[in-house]
Amino acid sequence: MTETAYEHPLMKAYWKQLNSGFPQVREVFEDCMVEALAVLSRDGVSAYLDAAGTIGRLGRGVEPILVFMEEWPSVVQALGEEALPPVMQTIQAMQKSPNGKAIAPFLQTLAPVARRQHALEQLQHYLDIALDLMRRTTGSIHGHHTTFPSPGLPHFFQQAPFLFAQLSMAGVRNWVEYGIRNYSKHPERQEEYFSLKSADARAVMQRERHGVLFADVERRLDLYLRGLWQDSEQLVPYSTAFDELRKPIPYYDKLGMRVPDVFDSSNGVSGIDRYRAVLAHMVGHRRWTTPIVADNYSPFQRMAVEFFEDCRIETLLIREYPGLRRIFLALHPQPAEDACDPEHMSCLRHRLAMMSRALLDAGHTYQNAQIRDFAARFREIMAQGESSTRDIADLALSFVARTRLQSDQFAQVWFDDTVIDYRDDNRHMWVYIEDSDDEDFFDDPDKKLKKESELHSLPPRHYPEWDYNSQTYRPDWVSLYESLHPKGNAADIDRLLQKHAALAKRLKRMLDLLKPQDKVRIRYQEEGSELDLDVAIRSLIDFMGGSNPDPRINMSHKTSGRNIAVSLVLDLSASLNEKVAGSEQTILELSQEAVSLLAWSIEHLGDPFAIGGFHSNTRHDVRYMHIKGYREHWNDEVKARLAAMQAGWSTRMGAAMRHAAHYLSAQKADKKLMLILTDGEPADVDVHDERLLIEDARRAVKELDQKGIFTFCINLDPKADEYVSDIFGRRYTVVDNIQRLPEKLPQLFMALTK
Amino acid sequence: MSDKDQFKVRQEPFYQQQGNEVALYEAAYRNRLPVMVKGPTGCGKSRFIEYMAWKLGKPLITVACNEDMTASDLVGRYLLEAGGTRWLDGPLTTAARIGAICYLDEVVEARQDTTVVIHPLTDHRRTLPLDKKGELIEAHPDFQLVISYNPGYQSLMKDLKQSTKQRFTAFEFDYPEAELETSILARETGLDADVAAKLVKIGQAARNLKGHGLDEGISTRLLVYAAALIKDGVAPRDACRMALVRPITDDADIRETLDHAIDATFA
Repeated sequence: MTETAYEHPLMKAYWKQLNSGFPQVREVFEDCMVEALAVLSRDGVSAYLDAAGTIGRLGRGVEPILVFMEEWPSVVQALGEEALPPVMQTIQAMQKSPNGKAIAPFLQTLAPVARRQHALEQLQHYLDIALDLMRRTTGSIHGHHTTFPSPGLPHFFQQAPFLFAQLSMAGVRNWVEYGIRNYSKHPERQEEYFSLKSADARAVMQRERHGVLFADVERRLDLYLRGLWQDSEQLVPYSTAFDELRKPIPYYDKLGMRVPDVFDSSNGVSGIDRYRAVLAHMVGHRRWTTPIVADNYSPFQRMAVEFFEDCRIETLLIREYPGLRRIFLALHPQPAEDACDPEHMSCLRHRLAMMSRALLDAGHTYQNAQIRDFAARFREIMAQGESSTRDIADLALSFVARTRLQSDQFAQVWFDDTVIDYRDDNRHMWVYIEDSDDEDFFDDPDKKLKKESELHSLPPRHYPEWDYNSQTYRPDWVSLYESLHPKGNAADIDRLLQKHAALAKRLKRMLDLLKPQDKVRIRYQEEGSELDLDVAIRSLIDFMGGSNPDPRINMSHKTSGRNIAVSLVLDLSASLNEKVAGSEQTILELSQEAVSLLAWSIEHLGDPFAIGGFHSNTRHDVRYMHIKGYREHWNDEVKARLAAMQAGWSTRMGAAMRHAAHYLSAQKADKKLMLILTDGEPADVDVHDERLLIEDARRAVKELDQKGIFTFCINLDPKADEYVSDIFGRRYTVVDNIQRLPEKLPQLFMALTK
Repeated sequence: MSDKDQFKVRQEPFYQQQGNEVALYEAAYRNRLPVMVKGPTGCGKSRFIEYMAWKLGKPLITVACNEDMTASDLVGRYLLEAGGTRWLDGPLTTAARIGAICYLDEVVEARQDTTVVIHPLTDHRRTLPLDKKGELIEAHPDFQLVISYNPGYQSLMKDLKQSTKQRFTAFEFDYPEAELETSILARETGLDADVAAKLVKIGQAARNLKGHGLDEGISTRLLVYAAALIKDGVAPRDACRMALVRPITDDADIRETLDHAIDATFA
């Protein structure tokens, strides 16, 4: 082949302008130009060729220029020709960095992203995000002058079309930001994240998705079922994000109603209304559908019966709540009458969708005689009452018989505008006399449940962690395992208490003062149990003086009680094993003494009181051990657990506080107090940023505040002043002389709750 | 006697009988048995008593009880005057003297010690001792005591004592059946039956949510309000939001659900 292969002089000139030597480009050149000439202006074509030439000469092989030439016209169609300069700048920037390999994947994303965004500024945002990701993840190895390319960038480009389908621009930005922030120093994890393989990549994406999330409206849907339909059922969301090919559809079975995890608004129907349409449809089936035997029907017949039955259900639903008509009609596709050509394709779905539309929408415009006839017959049946699944099935069967076409058997099926996405899969409608070969039928859900309930240990609880750098939560970041603390010898604790008998006696006196004084005087009562002399005399003087006396001269009494729930959270990290300066005892032993005395005092006061200890070994393994529950008394069992207390590992305080708060907030008390006894700052072996866990703990304190829980920290670290006020504000005390802790702790508690 | 007349119910109040409660009440009155009416708020308890008072031609003295009410608010008290003091009868004393039906509305709201003063009036004694005044009132032969009581917001603190409960015969009211309620709305406000039926439907949606975030469903009284607004030309959706939803809840989810019920009903 030579350059003169192009007969047309103009084409020849273009080829010359492109100035490319790749034979692969030449093969597609003419096709590309035809497409380009259709959408580009004269200047645009020139710029297109120059740009393509430049890309071809980057030294990155043939792929970038091929991709560019093929994709660019459709980008221009979506965004206009002004999109070229910023794209070229981006390419230049990538070329100058070590990320040249990512240019081809980048160019590949342009068209899908452009098709979704429809605005030049949006494209600019996308480019900014990509460049930001590139700059911040391209690193240099310490001490070497060379840099290595961004590990995540090519993966990001691969995922970009999918991401933009699920997320808004802001969502994508947040998602990328999260990945950069958490994995910029960890190439493998970064790759996992940006290829959407890691769990948190998916979790963060789920959080950023557009549309109405199921999790946000679950209660409303529950109320909807109860209020409008007197029905209640477990609602189970399924994910719609990761099944591109086989879209799951709603269904219900013994275990609940399955609905998608997110609904975008569609055709003027908001996401929540789409959920309601799905639920209403399922409720309709539960009310009015009686299962029928499937064995004698062909698949086509079954499909037709389902379409007709769905319409019957919806007609009845609309009868109940006329407002549903608008929602159903807006969501129901309106297939054009002549869209499907029965010569080449199977039109069965198309025909049934039209029929379904005609059954629901009295104002339909279909001319097909059969459809009009069956719509009229359907309305006639429905005018007489509710009809039944059986009767409607007969109507559906005769529709199939009357409209059967040879082409219905074709493998190629017309699908456009035939999917009615608020309808469930009607699995409840059929009973099979013979077992089907489908695998689903061997899957007895009861069996599965049983297996799960046999597990003995509790599954982990997940808590978020606050990332102060980005001011966002890392969702489900920490896995916390809770358990009962193992038991030791209760007598040890009794011995400790014995040792502090004198102190206990002193505390007892203070406790008696604190105990609910039962009677509280209420003065200024018109009616009361006693005369309040002071007020009575004042009143009498008024009366004698001729002015209006205050008749509220009595007083009465009211009983008042303490109503405080307390949770004591103990830091059981390794540093507790250290010996206290000038003493033979470890901090752990002193803490045991202090906690015993405190527990003893609180038992005397009768406040509900729980003790838990925690330590952590990375975010994947935070242990929370229950030493005393709120309803448990200060008995031998509790003492035994306290006696067995051991120290080890690190201090991930935020998660432990959130977990303790989970139980504390369930307590019914006017005041809720959480005491945190710790000997050092929050830290863990997998966190290198010292501030991170401090900020997280500070955040946890704020969350607890919002739940109405008062937190107070008792810190045994003499250097605590550097951080403790950052976390707890002014609600802390540093016990410098640790040996006095057993005495201090109960006193502190009493002072707090006086 | 003019005293007595001012408590008479002059016009026939509209009351739609749900069962045979009118006949039963008449029997109770013939025997001067004290009556307790129970039921959720706004279901027609007070209206029923008013209607019975009109039907029997007896004066009706209604006392709305509240938690600050003391025994002397019912029985009476001494007032200070320039020259000394003067006794003033309370509503219960007045009713006992003139032979009226005394209706203590929402009696659980009153403090428990005040509910005890009605005890001697509700058994065979039919007397009311005024201990402060040193007088023992024999109840007029026509006197009858009626209390109403809404078990809906029954809490541990707000329940009648057994000794009080067991002095009464009781009627239990509930919101009427849909058809009956529709006819009540239509009759009370003159609204068309099918709009009224739609209102009733919304009311029932809310009643289904009782216990799931709603303490009490939409009462017949609120439905009447909504009907009156619609009759006055307010758009049904606005009227329902204003009269049915906004008053009963501050919970955003419930509000949204009921708003949807309104939109779905008034298509």
